[in-house]
Amino acid sequence: MTLLAIEGLTGGYGGADILHGVDLRVEPGEMVVIIGPNGAGKSTLMKAAFGLVKIREGAVLFERRDITPLRPDQIVRQGISYVPQENNVFPSLSVEENLEMGAFIRTDDIRPQLERIYNFFPRLGERRDQIAGSMSGGERQMLAMGRALMLDPKLLLLDEPTAGLSPLFIDQTFERIRKINEAGIGILMVEQNAKQALAVCDRGYVLTMGRNRIDDTGANLLANKDVAEMFLGG
Amino acid sequence: MTEFLQLVIYGVVLGSILTLGAIGVSLIYGILRFAHFAHGDIMTMGAYFAFALVVGLGFPIWASAPFAVVGGALLAIAIDQTVYRRLRRVQPIILLISSFGIAIALRSVVQLIWGPHNQVYASGIQMPYRLGDLVIKPDHVWIVLGAVVLVTALHLFLTRTKMGKAMRAMSDNMDLALVSGIPSERVIMVTWAVGGGLAAVAGVFLGMDTRLHPVMGWSLLLPVFAAAILGGIGRPYGAIAGGMVIGLSMELSTMVINPTYKPAVAFALMVLMLVVRPQGLFKGNA
Amino acid sequence: MELGGLLTYGVFFLTQAGIYAVLALGLNVQFGLTGQINIGVAGFFAVGAYTSAILTTSVTPAHLGGFDLPFLVGIAGAVVASGIVAVGIGWVTMRLRSDYLAIATIGIAEIIRLTLKNEDWLTNGVRGVPGIPRPFVETLGTDPLISLAVILAFVLLAYWLVERARVSPWGRVLRAIRENEDGVMAAGKDVARFRLQAFVFGSGLMGMAGGLYAHFIGFISPEAFLPLYGTFLVWVMLIAGGAGNNRGAVLGAFAIWMLWSATQFMTDALGAEYATQAGALRVLLIGVLLQVILILRPQGILPEHGRKGRR
Repeated sequence: MTLLAIEGLTGGYGGADILHGVDLRVEPGEMVVIIGPNGAGKSTLMKAAFGLVKIREGAVLFERRDITPLRPDQIVRQGISYVPQENNVFPSLSVEENLEMGAFIRTDDIRPQLERIYNFFPRLGERRDQIAGSMSGGERQMLAMGRALMLDPKLLLLDEPTAGLSPLFIDQTFERIRKINEAGIGILMVEQNAKQALAVCDRGYVLTMGRNRIDDTGANLLANKDVAEMFLGG
Repeated sequence: MTEFLQLVIYGVVLGSILTLGAIGVSLIYGILRFAHFAHGDIMTMGAYFAFALVVGLGFPIWASAPFAVVGGALLAIAIDQTVYRRLRRVQPIILLISSFGIAIALRSVVQLIWGPHNQVYASGIQMPYRLGDLVIKPDHVWIVLGAVVLVTALHLFLTRTKMGKAMRAMSDNMDLALVSGIPSERVIMVTWAVGGGLAAVAGVFLGMDTRLHPVMGWSLLLPVFAAAILGGIGRPYGAIAGGMVIGLSMELSTMVINPTYKPAVAFALMVLMLVVRPQGLFKGNA
Repeated sequence: MELGGLLTYGVFFLTQAGIYAVLALGLNVQFGLTGQINIGVAGFFAVGAYTSAILTTSVTPAHLGGFDLPFLVGIAGAVVASGIVAVGIGWVTMRLRSDYLAIATIGIAEIIRLTLKNEDWLTNGVRGVPGIPRPFVETLGTDPLISLAVILAFVLLAYWLVERARVSPWGRVLRAIRENEDGVMAAGKDVARFRLQAFVFGSGLMGMAGGLYAHFIGFISPEAFLPLYGTFLVWVMLIAGGAGNNRGAVLGAFAIWMLWSATQFMTDALGAEYATQAGALRVLLIGVLLQVILILRPQGILPEHGRKGRR
């Protein structure tokens, strides 16, 4: 059963449409990346999957259920978590409190899940009482992902997870994302570091002007001459 | 020296009352992003709720206060649900105007029910405690103790409970709270309950300290906002420091200027703060 | 009420509504065009009233002056004095969020009220200033119709000024600031200066309304400037009429004043023993009316030109 299916999506933020009939799907356990030039509508497409965009036409299906009309807080309950590109932690809350907020809607004991996150991101475990606002960009990105994982989602949406990070942290972050994916969680991400993203993903979509251009496996896209010219620096 | 210490005592008492009001203003601003101009009149309502129990049922004032808190909380929720909730999608500026109208309406309700005259909880003179030349009324002790207990309880609520943390989270970053699945309407309701309850008890304390009057809360709105701004609006902990600074300044200023101009002192401090350090004593998220 | 009484009341009614129309136009410059919130309308109104009163009354030991100057000089003084207060408060708050301005205007109105009440040398304190001459009393006499004509002329003047300002390039910048401050700033305009100009302009008109009121009533005291009458009714008038629309502001002033006066007739029927309750009930009704308008028709009776639906 297809995890996420976006069908003929047209919409934007209330003004002119940004997306024009985009199709996209993510199979269970798959890692899918969206690349494209600035202003192509990549982040908008991801937000559309999370109920943050005004959709005029088309539909978003999650496990064959139509989630197009749902609000973000309802979509979270379906099993999708979203990590925005910026402002993705609660700066005045501690690390642990940030993670607790990720699990707000859970009524069971969240201690085991907290420990799992701390094992996965040891750095967060060491700093569980630190205030999130005082952490580095890389650490915040980890915390943001940790928060999104607190609900054990089936699909994780990541908006440019490596933006603004140092090269060392970029590698580490891709490594983390791959491990999350290996645990069976589907991943849909927007990335500027196209080369590295395509190298780790299963499939990729190239988006320009709010429309699908090419979709293929990551390896094929890496080898594609057009794609290489456009995004991979020749 | 005695005069100075005596004024410090009054200042701490006033500061306690201002703090309780300013915390609510700050919490509401942090989450709903508007200056709630009806806050002073919710204080007035709280004071009169307690008055109704004291006079109507013969309750002692300490037993009436908890009912006033519940009344203030329910009143704030009711106003939010009937009026503010319908205006949430428009600019915060409209909410501010609406709350100004609510303030005027609440004051009229108080006048309608309890009349326009001064009232007191208990007539007669309380025997004050004497510390050397200093005079401390028992009510003053209760007001300060009450404020300390409530502020401590609020601190525990904000740092130990899921709902309290969610309030801080929403104040930090509303969009992220929504995508995390935090139920914003429920958190907003609790915010009104806490803000309204604290305002009501501030009103009761104000009534104990001075007298009850339909304009008592509105007159305190300026110092309350001055306290919230001084502490960095949107930051409840700053409101404690802000409340104390404003309360002490207002009382101590009477050594040099005409006491009628006490509100002007609060205003001057607020303006000074806005010019020098708009983000407040501590960093606010305005 | 016989016909003569009805006519007298009609003249009285229109005169007061005219004064409110000037206030609503002043607030429209600040809120309607620029998006500023002024909760201290009563303060600027009072400054204007006292300034004109002090300038035009005969010399007396009871308060500062009087200076026995002509009516028009008094009105000019009212505009200038209110404008000066506005410059002071505006200079501090123009660079800040609109909420801060709103709070600051409460403060300034409160301080003005306290000053009027306590500084006897300046204002004669709670006893007030009596004997303020009617407009052009020496040449035209004391016919109330003259006062009405004078005040309506000032309404027209205020309307003409504000309407010209609205359609001018200056007015367009104000609306652009209201809609998208960052964009205007990016275009290299000094946003704070435009805001300050609008705030002073609007406050000047409020001062003018205060001056007109003083000459029309003939006696002023701090009691006349409680925040309710000055500020709240004007807000309801502007919101009901249509913020941003000058005809709406004038229409709102007349319509709400009519409603307000009608409620007086209704509550008068309750009898004198319920006078205070009746007064409170009237205010409560207007307070509820404001909420209903904000929820159901926030754009007012006459919406701003080129704007539909909710703000």
